[in-house]
Formats: sequence, structure tokens, C-alpha cells
Amino acid sequence: MSSPAVAVPSRSKPAASKAKANLSGAPVRRLLAPAVIFMFVWMIVPLVMTLYYAFRRYNLMMPDVTGFAGITNFKLMFIDPTFWDSLINTLVLVGASLVITVSVGLGLAILFNRTFVGRGVARTLAIAPFFVMPVVTGLIWKNMLFHPVYGLLAWVFRHLGLNPIDWLAQYPMLSIIIMVSWEWIPFALLILLTGLQSLPEDQIEAVRLDGANRWQEFRHIVVPHLGQVLYVVVMLESIFFLTSFAEIYTTTSGGPGTATTNLPYYIYQSAFFQYDIGISSAAAIGAVILANIFSIFLIRFVAGNLNAGSRR
Amino acid sequence: MAIVELKDVVKNYGGKGSDAADNAVDRFNLTTRDGEFIVLVGPSGCGKTTTMRMIAGLENISGGTISIDGRDVSQVAPKDRDIAMVFQSYALYPHMSVFENMAFALRLKKLPDAEITARVQEAAKVLDIAHLLERKPRALSGGQRQRVALGRAIVRQPQVFLMDEPLSNLDAKLRVDMRAEIVKLHRKLAVTTFYVTHDQVEAMTMGQRIVVMLNGKIQQIDTPQRLYEWPANIFVAGFIGTPSMNFLRGKVGADKRSVANEHFNLTLTGARGDALAAHAGTEAVVGIRPEHLSYLAPNDPITENVLSGVVEVVEPLGSVTMIQVQVGPYRVTAQIESHLTVAMGEPIRLRCQTDKLQVFDATSEQSLLQAPAAS
Repeated sequence: MSSPAVAVPSRSKPAASKAKANLSGAPVRRLLAPAVIFMFVWMIVPLVMTLYYAFRRYNLMMPDVTGFAGITNFKLMFIDPTFWDSLINTLVLVGASLVITVSVGLGLAILFNRTFVGRGVARTLAIAPFFVMPVVTGLIWKNMLFHPVYGLLAWVFRHLGLNPIDWLAQYPMLSIIIMVSWEWIPFALLILLTGLQSLPEDQIEAVRLDGANRWQEFRHIVVPHLGQVLYVVVMLESIFFLTSFAEIYTTTSGGPGTATTNLPYYIYQSAFFQYDIGISSAAAIGAVILANIFSIFLIRFVAGNLNAGSRR
Repeated sequence: MAIVELKDVVKNYGGKGSDAADNAVDRFNLTTRDGEFIVLVGPSGCGKTTTMRMIAGLENISGGTISIDGRDVSQVAPKDRDIAMVFQSYALYPHMSVFENMAFALRLKKLPDAEITARVQEAAKVLDIAHLLERKPRALSGGQRQRVALGRAIVRQPQVFLMDEPLSNLDAKLRVDMRAEIVKLHRKLAVTTFYVTHDQVEAMTMGQRIVVMLNGKIQQIDTPQRLYEWPANIFVAGFIGTPSMNFLRGKVGADKRSVANEHFNLTLTGARGDALAAHAGTEAVVGIRPEHLSYLAPNDPITENVLSGVVEVVEPLGSVTMIQVQVGPYRVTAQIESHLTVAMGEPIRLRCQTDKLQVFDATSEQSLLQAPAAS
């Protein structure tokens, strides 16, 4: 910090000139500091600690076994079949939920982009699931919808003369996918709807005059226009789906067997059932890497798609 | 190339208790000649754009018929009307290159690639955008986008062109250039064209015939020159020409050739005067264009057809000077030669060119003069 070049004798001025000096110093850094510190404490520190634990012998059941573990934790993780199951389950969950939320969300967005009586109410209702907490979602679906005796679906099935399905036992992964999709369709709907609404009317008119039918209009104008928006939806959703936990915890607890154990649940189990912080941390590092691989692929895919679309 | 015929076309946006008085476009009748350049002009909300959108099929018609070359297209989808439109906002496809923008309609028609390329190249050459074909619309200037929008229309070789205020987003100089270019293009292609504008200068310079509209109703359909010389009513007279016509209210005199009140006495000469014969004593509005008023030296002995007043505003434009003169209760604009020096607050006398005067009925606002038959 530089002191004022000119000495000012008066009493009231030093404070003012000091404030001035502060401002002309590095206000940018100072103003950014709270945000940077916050980010550091909440993101970098836990990440580094996870990384640290991943290379330590750290099992709560064996408090006296400590020290550097090398890659032992990773070795143990890689020979654990549950880890591979959880990896595949994670990919299945993310992939299926993405396909469902984006396609259903797009369909609903196109519907809600039209004008009809009661659109406002219908839209609010369609968006409502997004405001339900994941834990609540899990409990509602488990006890009120999927339940083979008291569930709404069971009731419907019985009325249709069919045998009720014990969803969580018979189709555990499908049930989880349904719940996650139910929660996230509104998100896709909202973002895609704003995307559709930002499409200039005259472009649609221009393409109609150019001789396009409805499908060509959708394919050549609407989809390219939604490109960026779709990218945002897919990016955000895949990151959130990768970390799905509450729906699984409250319904299947990763079961039956490992049928619905995804990576976050595997990490949780390692830490709080097996009390092995080391392996748990190693799996967490694996999850971070997986998330990064996902984003890289997505960015490549989307960027390539956009370029190709413009060349064609 | 086609003859477009609009017969009793009506547009009513409906709503509760709407009737004919709410028509956005009311009984629009027009038959174009083959390859004619028609300009629809009028103030905002006069229905000109609605009319064009109905021709395009973007807007349903509430009544009447639209036909192209005798084929009724009133219920035909826009894509099957063989019409190309240039939008005010250009409406280029942002994710496609200039080439693709222009080729898009042809691709939908499944033309062979070689022909598409040939047509696009040809159009690009005509519009001088051949060097831009690989660019995206966002990398183009306003004028270039405008050309691409035109190019997209002409590659299709449609039967009819529609242009919806295509120049309104350009700066003044570019607008003048593009105006000339669109006219040139039309000469070359000779495609029937409808052009919507609210700018009467654009209308006058471009149109072969001009449709002047107000409140959904056609006021007059005529060539630019005849609109200027024989406006059908006060609205058209005031709308065409800058600065606009001066209107003075008086009474047709007993001599059946003059219009007068206590502030002026103007006698019409020639055929214009004859037309007033049947209207002696009628309350009338006389219209004088600023360019038909000339400065009269104070010592000039002429006293007939003279307006005297006090100079209120002087606006030198270089080539000419516009002055506003208070004549009794009327503010009269006159265009005088720029070498004349007049000062604000001075008395002045203006002489009217009496063979150019307009006379309108004060109540119906319709012209009392008989326009000679169109040649």
C-alpha cells in the first residue's frame, strides 16, 4: 500500500486520502477475497483432504493402524466387485435419467410453449416436483406410490386386474430412475421452455415460407436453437445425477444386493458401514475423476455437434 | 411472376363483440399486374403488414379471397404458396452459414446439389455477397445481412416477393443505396413484389403503384406521381410529400373557382378550377404544398393568390430554405430559394402556384377535384 505522495496537514483529510489509497491499491483482490476464501475452504480443502486420506491407512475400526498406504486403498477398491457394480449402476442411472428427463422435458416444453386454457396452473403443477426435497421424494414414492400394498400404483394395477408390482424389490434400478427423472423433468422442462420462448417468431415464419414442414422446422431451426440450452441441461443434470444419494438412501439403501448401489452410496457405505475412510476417500477420488471424464466427453460431444451442425 | 388478386380481403382479430368497425384490414381490393412493384404504405397500425402477412399465409384471412395467377390460395399453407418474404429483422438462421441460409429452401425442395450451388452463386454475385458465403450471419454487418435476406428470397425464384420494411434497420445512407438496389433487382427479375414501409419517401421512390392505407382501409391506389398530384383525400395529401402539405380552411366562392376566407383568397386555374363549379358555397379545405409557394418581394405589384403573414421559423437546408409563416390562424410551411434572406418576425408575402392547389370537402375530407383518367 502506498502512502499519499503529498503530505496533508489538515485533520479531516488523512482519512479520506487513506481510503483513496486503499481503493487505488488492489481493490479487486480485496473484493474478491471473501468469495475466493469461501471457495477455498468449502471446495479445495475437502478435496485436498480427501486426496490425502485416499493415500492413508485410515480405518475407524483399527485406529492404531495409520501411516502412508501408497496405492493400497485404490488396489482394494479395484478388486472390490461392489465398486464395479456401483460404477456401472452410476452410469446406468445417469444415462437413463438423462435420456428420460431431456426427452420428456422437451416434449412437455413444446406442449407448454403453446397457448391453452389453464396453462399457468398446469405449468406450476408440472414444475412442482422440482421443489420437493430428494429425501421427501424418496419417501413419497416408496410409501405412497411404489408400495405393493398401500401404493397408488398397486391400487391402479389391482383395478386393471393385474398383480401389483413390488417396484423397489423387483425393479430397483428402474424405480430409482423413475424417481430421479420425476424430480428432474421439471428442471429440463423449465430450461428448455425458456429456450423455446427465446426463439424468434420470425425465424419460424421464415422457415415455413421456405417450405419446411413441422418436422423440418423442428429439426433445422428449433433443435439448433436449443443446442446451447440442451448443453446446459445435460451438463447440470449429469453432475447432479452422478451424486444422487438421498433417493437411494431412503428407499433401497443400495439394495437389493448391490442393485442400486451407485458411487456416492458406495462411498457412504465404505465410510459409515465399513468405517474405512481410506477406501471411501479413494472411491471419492474415483467419483471426481468420473465426473471430469463425463464433462470432457460432454464438452467434446456438444462442441463437435455444434460445429457439424453448422457445416451441414 | 404472377398476378396477385386480393378481393374484399378482411382481417378481424376477433375478441368480444368485435364487428366490422374493428377490422384490422377492411375490404382490401387490389389486382396487380404481372411483375409489378406494389408498395403498401401508411402509419403504424394501418394494416399494411397484416395485409402482407395474409398474402404470405402467416395470418388467416377473416373474409374475401387471395389468389395468385387465378389460383385461390386463401386456405393454402404458406409453404405451398411459392412466396418468398424478406423480414424486417431479416430472420436469418443464425446457426447456418450464408450459403446454407440461401440454400435452405432449395434443399427442402430436394434440388440437385449442383443446381443449388449454381443458384446460390448466381444470387450471391448479383447481390455482391459472393465473398461472404462461408460466414455466419452474426459476422455480417446490417447491410450484408440485408443482402443475405434478399438473396435467400431470390434463389427460390418465387412467384411473389414480400418485403416487410426491409430497410428500416439500416442507417440512412445505406438505406438509400439499398433502395436503389432493390429497385434495380426488381427490374432485373421482374417478379411481382409487395413492399411494406411507413416511409413515404421509400414508397414514392420504389413503387410502381402505391397503396396508401389508414386504419385498415385503402385510401388510394395510384402511381407515385398521381398520388402527389391528385391525392384522393386529406390524409393522402398530408402523408405524401415532405414537408407535408399545408391545409387552409375556407369556402368555395360564388365564382365557383376560388376558395377563400378572411385571411386568403385563392383562385384555381385550369381544370382544377372547373371542377369546383358544382361546389359553390361548400366548406372546403385548400391544400398547398410548400414547394408551390414562392417568395414575393415586398414591392411586387402582384396581389392575387397571395398569402401574407409573419415569418416564424427559418430552416436553411442548404439547397433550399424552409420557412414557417403565420398566416392568420394558420401555420404555413413554404420552401423558398436559399439565396433569399428572410428573418424571423418579419412580414412576408407568398405566392401560390394556383394550378397545383388541392381542394377537399371539409366534412368528408375527400378531394373535390377530378383527377384525369390514368394514362
